[in-house]
Amino acid sequence: MVSAYEVAATVPDPELPMLTLHDLGILRDVSEDGDTVIATITPTYSGCPAMREISADVQHRLHAAGFAKVTVRMQLAPAWSSDWITAAGRRKLATAGIAPPSAVAPRTRPIPLTLGQRPAVACPRCGSPRTTRTAAFSATACKSLHRCDACCEPFEQVKAI
Amino acid sequence: MSDDTPYEGLNEDSDDHRWAFGTGFTDPLQGIDTTVPAGLDAETLATYCLMLGDDALIYSHRLQQWMTRMPELEEETALANIALDLLGQARMLLARAAGIEGTTEDALAYFREEREYRNVRLVERLDEDFAELVGRLLIFSSWRLALFDKLAESRDPVLSAIAAKSVKELTYHRDYAAQWVVRLGDGTELSRKKMQAALETIWPLVDELFQTSLDPSIEPLLDRGEVDIVLDTVFATSTLDRPTLPAGAAVAGRTGRDGVHTEALGYVLTELQAIARQYPDAQW
Repeated sequence: MVSAYEVAATVPDPELPMLTLHDLGILRDVSEDGDTVIATITPTYSGCPAMREISADVQHRLHAAGFAKVTVRMQLAPAWSSDWITAAGRRKLATAGIAPPSAVAPRTRPIPLTLGQRPAVACPRCGSPRTTRTAAFSATACKSLHRCDACCEPFEQVKAI
Repeated sequence: MSDDTPYEGLNEDSDDHRWAFGTGFTDPLQGIDTTVPAGLDAETLATYCLMLGDDALIYSHRLQQWMTRMPELEEETALANIALDLLGQARMLLARAAGIEGTTEDALAYFREEREYRNVRLVERLDEDFAELVGRLLIFSSWRLALFDKLAESRDPVLSAIAAKSVKELTYHRDYAAQWVVRLGDGTELSRKKMQAALETIWPLVDELFQTSLDPSIEPLLDRGEVDIVLDTVFATSTLDRPTLPAGAAVAGRTGRDGVHTEALGYVLTELQAIARQYPDAQW
């Protein structure tokens, strides 16, 4: 029988379905308390509207795999970081035409203000470093919008947070 | 569920599974230990979470009113995302307050009167133009970012977790607003004039952000100089002048934090609460 962790880990993210919850780094823990499976997940952004769906998917998959009692819990601390997206997750994002996030800069105080352009992101389609960020926010809170000046295609990047 | 047809998922588990249609908002603090640490006054903590939650809820609503009115699609999605982040922060903070007070997040959002809201007056305003939108967002997010950076070390682990999470989001909000203020301030003669006028309009409401009234072990004292450095950097880069206007009048010493608001809040609440009050038994 597949372990409860493996079942929960392979649930796809509803917004980025090419990634599993494990790839995205939002599955924090799966433990068993008697006959109850307790899965702990963390939101990427405070207002992420997909948390409810993710929670329901985890419950549903675990039920289908034979775990009758399932509890899904939220965990806020430590806050999710895009650094937690796995190497496999980053490859899957790039294959799907979404640039993976750059490494999160170490936290400093006070938090620096960015007035200029951020470093350009390599185009996930043609690999060119000649790209322009067209918007700091995209169709979801976790992505920004870019345009490749070489192949002229628009693309998204998962933001570093 | 078949992975290649995501819509199939909407029909599974029957009616309990339709987030795409806006149903099923569960407790944002589900499964989190919400015990108030010994030595912290629960009532004061609830009041403070209510203040910070109300700031985010009301401001999120004002930002949402810009939807379909932004100059470009990219700005529209940016603002929608900022409003959504703030709504998420509001939900967690109101849920924290509600848990302590034995009520619910929805009851706090939809069934309080104006005088029971504890938000600062800055967030209530209807923006007159795009310059005011970005100017106010710069001031609000600079203040909130500096404050939440401090609150990440709050003695309340729940407030600390909410603050640490929000800091990452607010950093993006502040950068977004600052870049627009620079673009308008250091733009054409007309854009500079409008940007300067917007700052003058908002400025009397800035002082209120730095007033504290609760136990400092719960409501930390924020050094205004820390926020001023950020604002002055943006003003200098945008060739704008820092306004010198005095703080706006309080009513017998009371302001938004005491439940004394401007007329603008009534219009926000009328829209925000209308559906919930028309259908008090509705589930979402």
